Amino acid sequence: MIRGTVHKYGANIDTDVIIPAKYANLPTPEELGAHCLENLDDGFVKKVRTGDVLMATTNFGCGSSREQAPWSIRGAGVSCIIAKSFARIFFRNAINIALPLLECPDAVEGTESGDVLEIDLTSGKIENITKNKVFSAAPYPDFIRELIDAGGLIAYARQKIDSK
Amino acid sequence: MTLVEKILAARAGLIEVSPGQFINVNVDLVMAHDLTASIAIRQFKELGAKNVFDPNKVALVPDHFVPTKDIASAEVNKNLREFAREQQIIYFECGQKSGIEHVILPEKGLVLPGDVVVGADSHTCTYGAVGAFSTGMGSTDIAVAMATGEIWLKVPPTIKFVYSGQPGPWIGGKDLILHTIGQIGVDGALYSVMEFTGSVIDQLTMDDRFTMANMAIEAGAKAGVFAVDEKTLEYVNARARRPFEVYASDPDAEYAQVITYDLSEMEPQVSCPHSPENTVPVSQTAGVKIDQAVIGSCTNGRLKDMAEAAQVLKGRQVHPSLRCIIIPGSQEVYLAALREGFIETFIEAGAAVSTPTCGPCVGGHTGVLAAGERCISTTNRNFVGRMGSPEAEVYLASPAVAAASAVAGEIINPEEVVR
Ligand code: SF4
Repeated sequence: MIRGTVHKYGANIDTDVIIPAKYANLPTPEELGAHCLENLDDGFVKKVRTGDVLMATTNFGCGSSREQAPWSIRGAGVSCIIAKSFARIFFRNAINIALPLLECPDAVEGTESGDVLEIDLTSGKIENITKNKVFSAAPYPDFIRELIDAGGLIAYARQKIDSK
Repeated sequence: MTLVEKILAARAGLIEVSPGQFINVNVDLVMAHDLTASIAIRQFKELGAKNVFDPNKVALVPDHFVPTKDIASAEVNKNLREFAREQQIIYFECGQKSGIEHVILPEKGLVLPGDVVVGADSHTCTYGAVGAFSTGMGSTDIAVAMATGEIWLKVPPTIKFVYSGQPGPWIGGKDLILHTIGQIGVDGALYSVMEFTGSVIDQLTMDDRFTMANMAIEAGAKAGVFAVDEKTLEYVNARARRPFEVYASDPDAEYAQVITYDLSEMEPQVSCPHSPENTVPVSQTAGVKIDQAVIGSCTNGRLKDMAEAAQVLKGRQVHPSLRCIIIPGSQEVYLAALREGFIETFIEAGAAVSTPTCGPCVGGHTGVLAAGERCISTTNRNFVGRMGSPEAEVYLASPAVAAASAVAGEIINPEEVVR
């Protein structure tokens, strides 16, 4: 179960805004996290607490394929991202490094910055504690579920290599 | 089936695939560059892999921060070089026969029709120009592909774009793709393949097709593809060192959507800050003063782009109030441009010409923007902070529009400069 405060932003948040290329050579998620979203909201890193939830409207994570983007969000302490839709490379990258994300337009509509959410990743249930509302995200397709259950792509691929 | 469905079925060892299906696909080439390879190498080791699946099918291309711009990028390049030597994989050393990844891989015949190519770079979709299925992924995906030669994919639906009419002068691939993204939006083709067809496409040069496929990701697409025709075959036959397979969409292939554009009255297009979807005809941005013009990148750093810029700059002068930076996309393009006299034209016009690199496109070096500056660029992204300061502004356009604007000191239709 995830419980955290929401930081909500708009549409088409791109990877250059999430983590500019000039920081791409920083080696750890924590160092990347210190610059997370600074081109959009330079107060984000100061506000965000470990376990908080990042929220956006459509096409979150569009732009470059840099995996530094989900790493920096994880490094900033975010436990889950909820959006109306995600850009496809970002979606893959996040799943691969086991950063949970949920597509749920209703939850995005019904939530504001500062609200507290409780999220059950297995069922896709999202509860807005502040507003006393419940939303449900579509469950992951079986294949993605398998990937997540294995603990991300590296662990999944290792299982496959070992079984060969 | 569509062209892409046929490629994916073949590489997955299946007779048929349909959109939405999860499949495992064999890849023909795996690529990473200096900003993405370090994480890929780390994950490769994490995976416990000893060797790449096939050294001839794995390529590392340092191009973003080369020639190395600082100590950190030098360390990263050193790490890549050592990994490449140890694994004996394809490595493009700065200088040599190198350049920007998406310019050189097709140029060297490393991507061919019918291939499945994955790269740790979002513009890997560029190779759809030669009738390959190619797509960008993150470093972890790439690490797994380097180790196993396989990748998991969800079969994407295909949107067919049909371009008709008689476009006017100075209209090229860049105008078509900027117009398209302006119409459908930056998530207009999310998770889908864009298949580019129609009489206008048949007339386009290969370099224009690379420009269009390159920017498919800017509409959220997984790939952008073109059918293989005589121009494609002429291009690849001169470069291929292995056999390849040509696939074509069936006449009754199913498309998620068919979108048609008549380009007869179209002006050159410009995408305004801060999104590629903010496309307008050049006349609507006319008079916008600029501080810098950049011509190059994996979008417009090929020979046709250099020729177009030279045609505009020949016998003219870059406006004294701005910098014009021209960067050929590869050593091969650079040399050809030199032999054609384009480089001389650029330097005489007052442009700064640099060795092939991504440089300013990603705000790395060789033309980073200060706060309040405005740039017209032939690159593919005008996001906030993309080319430097988050308070700078970037307008995207073709090489002709960028070169003409460099002469005028403000955004202008090339027709008004070259009469
Ligand atoms: S030229 Fe720009 S878009 Fe192309 S690979 Fe380099 S940084 Fe990426």
